[in-house]
Amino acid sequence: MSDTVAPATYALAVEDLHLAYNVRGIPRDVLRGVTFHVRSGEAYGLVGESGCGKSTTAYAALRYLPSNAVITGGRILVAGADVTHMSERELRRLRAREASMVYQDPGSALNPSLKIGRQVTEAFTILGHDRREALDRAVEALRRVRIADPARVMQRYPHQLSGGMQQRVVIAMALASDPKLLVLDEPTTGLDATVEAEVLDLVRALSREMDAAILLIAHNLGVIRSMCDRVGVMYAGKLVEEGNAVEVFEEPKHPYTIGLLQCLPRHAIRKTERALFTIPGTLPQIGADLPTCVFVDRCQLADETCRSVPPPEVTVGDGHFTLCHHVERLGEIVEPATETAVDMLGGRIVMKLNDVSKTFHQRGHDIPALVAIDLELSDGETLGLVGESGSGKTTLAKTMLGIYEPDAGSEISLDDQPLPGKASARGVDAMRAMQMVFQNPDSALNRTWSVRRILRRSVHKLTGVKGEAAEDRINALAAALRLSPRHLDMRPRQLSGGLKQRVAIARAFAGDPRIVVCDEPTSALDVSVQAAILNLLSDLQTTESTSYLFISHDLGVVRYLADRIVVMYLGRVQEVGTTEQIFDGPHHPYTEALLSAVPSVDGEPSRRIRLSGEIPSPAPPPAGCVFHTRCHRFMKGTCDVVDPPVVELEVGHRIRCHLPVAELGRTHVAE
Amino acid sequence: MSMNVPPPEPSSAAATVEVAAEEAAFEELGEEVDAGAAPIDMRAERRQARRERRKLLLRRPGFLVGALILLIWIVCAIGGERITPYSPFDPEFPPFRPPNTTNWFGTDQLGRDVLSRVMAGARDVLIAAPIAAVISVVAGTLLGLLMGYYRGWVDETLSRIVEALLSIPVFVMGILIVTSLGLSRITLIGTVAVLFTPIVTRTVRAAVIAEAQLDYVVSAKLRGESGLFVMTQEILPNVSGPIIVELTVRVGYAVFTIATLSFLGFGLQRPSPDWGLQVADTYEFIQSGYWWPAIFPALAIASLVFATTLVADSIEAVLAA
Repeated sequence: MSDTVAPATYALAVEDLHLAYNVRGIPRDVLRGVTFHVRSGEAYGLVGESGCGKSTTAYAALRYLPSNAVITGGRILVAGADVTHMSERELRRLRAREASMVYQDPGSALNPSLKIGRQVTEAFTILGHDRREALDRAVEALRRVRIADPARVMQRYPHQLSGGMQQRVVIAMALASDPKLLVLDEPTTGLDATVEAEVLDLVRALSREMDAAILLIAHNLGVIRSMCDRVGVMYAGKLVEEGNAVEVFEEPKHPYTIGLLQCLPRHAIRKTERALFTIPGTLPQIGADLPTCVFVDRCQLADETCRSVPPPEVTVGDGHFTLCHHVERLGEIVEPATETAVDMLGGRIVMKLNDVSKTFHQRGHDIPALVAIDLELSDGETLGLVGESGSGKTTLAKTMLGIYEPDAGSEISLDDQPLPGKASARGVDAMRAMQMVFQNPDSALNRTWSVRRILRRSVHKLTGVKGEAAEDRINALAAALRLSPRHLDMRPRQLSGGLKQRVAIARAFAGDPRIVVCDEPTSALDVSVQAAILNLLSDLQTTESTSYLFISHDLGVVRYLADRIVVMYLGRVQEVGTTEQIFDGPHHPYTEALLSAVPSVDGEPSRRIRLSGEIPSPAPPPAGCVFHTRCHRFMKGTCDVVDPPVVELEVGHRIRCHLPVAELGRTHVAE
Repeated sequence: MSMNVPPPEPSSAAATVEVAAEEAAFEELGEEVDAGAAPIDMRAERRQARRERRKLLLRRPGFLVGALILLIWIVCAIGGERITPYSPFDPEFPPFRPPNTTNWFGTDQLGRDVLSRVMAGARDVLIAAPIAAVISVVAGTLLGLLMGYYRGWVDETLSRIVEALLSIPVFVMGILIVTSLGLSRITLIGTVAVLFTPIVTRTVRAAVIAEAQLDYVVSAKLRGESGLFVMTQEILPNVSGPIIVELTVRVGYAVFTIATLSFLGFGLQRPSPDWGLQVADTYEFIQSGYWWPAIFPALAIASLVFATTLVADSIEAVLAA
């Protein structure tokens, strides 16, 4: 901490903050001396695994803390005023005028029973404006967050707006008071990549306009890199590295930061090249007695010095410091060995979908969720499925599995045998052949069952095995998923997110399935855990030669794991091809937009295409090409009239577009 | 009349906020337990959590007060005539003696000791109310599971029936059942159970609908489980919280409804010392200044409803933790 600049001149100054949660009467340390400063007009990002204290830090900045939280030391200054000693009244004033917060879920941040106009206007009446003036300002505020038609939006209820639109409204309200500090807690986590890109663009533009300090929490390192000037890496309630965002991501100087970045599937690596890096071990529990260096138990470089002497704050660049004894030895951190997974192209076809459609009927309307899908899945292949939410990815998966019954005329076959539409009509063998891993393990595991019971039931129902043999199978499954026997007697809530997902995967593999549908299996997990799960899935596939239908919005993950990729939009396949074909192009314009929307840890793509607006209603879909309403290559008179043909560019690479092949774009996502 | 004011719906928002905060910290604790790392004995942890829950319950003054009042009435119900100071049925004193050292609660219009009658009156209601509550909760849970899990026409049909039952006022239902089946303790219990079943059904149905949308139910379908299995083995344990709370709340309402029915003459008959009946027989004397034969049984009803509500509230708050 330097004493040369008075903390009061910063928009936010957190100084040696110590905070504990009282659990069963015992205070457990969560923050152990966090110090950082954010200037006006600067965006500061906090990164780290869940449980490292980054959200607690962010909430502490406004003192939005649960009643069992106790600030045990240090102070927090917002625009020079000490938040730690404020009365309730002063806090309310602070939150109304000086500092604002934007939460992860815009849906729950807005009152569902009040019109948008009333809610935004209220943000201004609180500041003392009269009704007329508040109304004018509300319109202006909505315009500021690039809402084209404020008057119309103000007449709507929150549920009538899309997630991206809701988040804009929340941001407009947060900015009502021209705050000096804006705290954003995972502001784009629930949003599609295309919408995320728009919201991030907006926040970036606004921060330039307003001169507020921004504190951003995000688990997506790409978001942090694209948004923040400086970044702090937190581990076990301590800031272990801080510096210029680009510098930290390009040249990390702390073993933990290096580990985090290596967990990500970056630089277009594939499973065939090497396994993903994982950080062994786990974050220490809150309240645990910590060794001198908080990271020592998981660090490859740890030695006796690390265990006996607290690490020094080493300055490694301009405003870039790290808490490590061994900065000069960072190069010794080894990446995982080259591996193993085999490219599984051109195997025998396991499942075939022919002209599969699914129409939902709602209040007399027909909603075509899937339209004439043709698809093949080979033995041991991973088929990636990408597209925005609402594009029909999950519907396709569930129709394949028989959870939804497809429309008449659809043909689904397994090993050349036609399957009935409904799962319940398919018989044990077909059921056993297809299982699913869900996005949210909390919802996917019965919380009143023990892990053992969950696995035993699936083993029994799918294989018919009972007694000793079933127990053997359970133990084998647990071993394959690296679950210790101890975990078998626990209930899901006692397990971490990663362990829960492993239980869910073990359950899916209980009956030696041919096909496993993975619906965003790692999107709720930390990057280090995600890497472990992706490695496991890849290993299992190699040993069991299972086929995966892998749904994900994370293109880096899809690129790493998938052999072939299907791009869906509005229930139709727009492009299908091998992973190389999809990423190297030529692309369908929609694929091109998806690829350029993703904020990357490796910097921004050279050319950015922003999709405007949301995915349109499928009932009825836009005429001609369903994508024409948002397409940047839209040709009037053709695209909005004629349904585009499916063109085969290369073997296995098909695109549904009017554009001549030579004119299709090629985006290069930063390598 | 105090009886027409229903006991407050159990709301403990204020109490749960604090607990929720603690919960958040718990979650963060749980998150770090990963493969082979944390050397924590999970069984001990779970036992500990149960102990904590019990301690949490015993630390709530509301629960202690409620339990104490309940205990007093349970002792009265079990002891019956053996522990009443005088006979609850025989007129051993002059009528309308105001409360004094011999007759603490005074005597009624026939010269019976009011204290003895109030004490003896606990028995009928303490047998009838829990039985009625249990029947309604069992029936409501069954219906709620069926409706919430299957939805569609099952839900539509049963919903109409439930709504129809809900729309019939308490005493109209009392008249209907009593006139068709005759007066007895069993018809009284049946009436209350029929009245409460739709309400329980509604609660359970809502909880089941929320559960049935979770992915573990999809997963069960994907391995070919029957509807019966999914409902009883998968969903039911997950909705046991609201069901337990509903049961405790229903006991309180049953006390109240039984008293109302007795007061209206559809419940127990003279010379039973039932509280509702006592109030019905004596409330008109209040105007003449003889308040004690009516007020003491009325207070007894109020105290019992109050006590069960306190206990229900506490259980709900602790279960929410």
